Amino acid sequence: MARELLKGNEAIAEAAIRAGLDAYFGYPITPQTELLEYLARRMPELSRAFVQAESEVAAINMVYGAACAGKRVMTSSSGPGISLMQEGLSYIAGAELPAVVVDVMRGGPGLGNIAACQSDYFQMTRSAGHGDFRPLTLAPATVQEAIDLTGLAFDLAEQYRMLVILLIDGNLGQMMEPAELPSFRQNVSATPEWAVDGAEGRPQRIITSLYLQPEALERHNLNLQKKLAIIAEREQRFAGLYLEDADLIVVAFGSAARVAQNAVEAARARGMAVGLFRPITLSPFPMHALAHLAPRARAFLAVEMNAGQMVEDVRLAVAGRAPVRFYGRLGGVEMLPDEVLRAIEQAMRDTRVTTNGARILNAEVRR
Amino acid sequence: MYHDLIISGSGGQGALFAGQLLAYAAMDAGFQVTWMPSYGPEMRGGTAHCTVIVSDAPIGAPLVRNPQTVIALNRPSLDKYEPLVATGGLLIYNSSLAGREPTRPNITLVGVPGNDLAREIGDERVLNMAMLGAFLRLQPILPLEEICRALERHMAKRRELLALNIAALQRGFEVYPEKIAG
Repeated sequence: MARELLKGNEAIAEAAIRAGLDAYFGYPITPQTELLEYLARRMPELSRAFVQAESEVAAINMVYGAACAGKRVMTSSSGPGISLMQEGLSYIAGAELPAVVVDVMRGGPGLGNIAACQSDYFQMTRSAGHGDFRPLTLAPATVQEAIDLTGLAFDLAEQYRMLVILLIDGNLGQMMEPAELPSFRQNVSATPEWAVDGAEGRPQRIITSLYLQPEALERHNLNLQKKLAIIAEREQRFAGLYLEDADLIVVAFGSAARVAQNAVEAARARGMAVGLFRPITLSPFPMHALAHLAPRARAFLAVEMNAGQMVEDVRLAVAGRAPVRFYGRLGGVEMLPDEVLRAIEQAMRDTRVTTNGARILNAEVRR
Repeated sequence: MYHDLIISGSGGQGALFAGQLLAYAAMDAGFQVTWMPSYGPEMRGGTAHCTVIVSDAPIGAPLVRNPQTVIALNRPSLDKYEPLVATGGLLIYNSSLAGREPTRPNITLVGVPGNDLAREIGDERVLNMAMLGAFLRLQPILPLEEICRALERHMAKRRELLALNIAALQRGFEVYPEKIAG
């Protein structure tokens, strides 16, 4: 396939189609709307289901219903719309259904604004709804990675019967970059053996998140936790740059990681031993890899387009073995490399990290 | 090679289109490129700008504080971006609409009468192509032919407009015979 110039929102939509998306239900909201708009045109062309629902509450419950029927299904929204979806997201998680939800983050809280922001980190890694669970959350940093992780999101959703969140921000949704789309998937799997698709000639199946007996609900929850533990063991992903000899490790995801990468390169050019750790799975957070780096790195700096959310996971991973600093911009204010470089210099001064020679390594995705 | 620029104008002047065209051409020429639009509650008559970065290495942040080049299609864009051009950079402004001369020291200032050139070609609406043509002469990051090919390959929905746009690109390209930067 040739490289094409693709907008993040549209690239995710087309990648979902090529991964075998059967049905999409959504409601417009900036900065996500092109995703829905694109599918409104493409899904009927392919005789697949597209519904612009009357609200986000309706859309997520349509997702719930189609997932029960064993269909490959997706929705997308941004902060305020995602908040409206929370009840449905929790039901989907409780009923152990595969579904992919794209959150193109904007500034909050409340109606906030439509500028790019990373303020939904807590919401989309801790639970995405009421109850005792976590979704699986993927955070691409480029349009190409958004395409690749969209395919992975469906795989993971179906493998684990899980709610999978693709978390990007308005910048990645709106920007265009060259990227390569995969071919259409062939042999998209048949209706799964748990789906409710008409019980004629076979025993009834029930999909529910309702367990009235506390003991039964505890058993159900323990099973969910067991699944989450397996996912946490197997699915941690991150990318690293200059980690091998870094005294200070910058931790950033998504768009913020792109900005941080420029700052890290600039710091390296000045002879500072700085590296970049970019979580690709936010839930499960790449604890193992970061914990492994903690004894050697002298300090960590979390860089986010929010007031400091992922930094809590960094602190959990580092577990007090090194100082963890934070730099962020709030409310959708553009964060640029020069200010992150100053934050790096400040963090190195504060934590008395000395510099040594730089060894250049290529960034690569690791698991 | 690395170049970043902002193209800014009022909604409908074609700032985003000109940036996209440059991005397509850069991609076809094998470069890394990002195109980042201003987005929001904006409409015809409002403001619109985009940031384009062309590089032979992977691109980090798609936004810049001090662009190497600014193409300002109207007065508000000139007022906003004149102070932001990087030292040693290039400011190309649409002298048909600017209504004033920029004064910024330590950058190259080039007035291009975009609307007048476009009117000579036959349609004022292709002023964005005239301005882009002038940019490519002054800052030859890509050959003009690459831009024309990209226009034909990716963006020509109506064939009759293709010739008009190419003529405007060429007219802008020919206004200044010598490259003065880069």
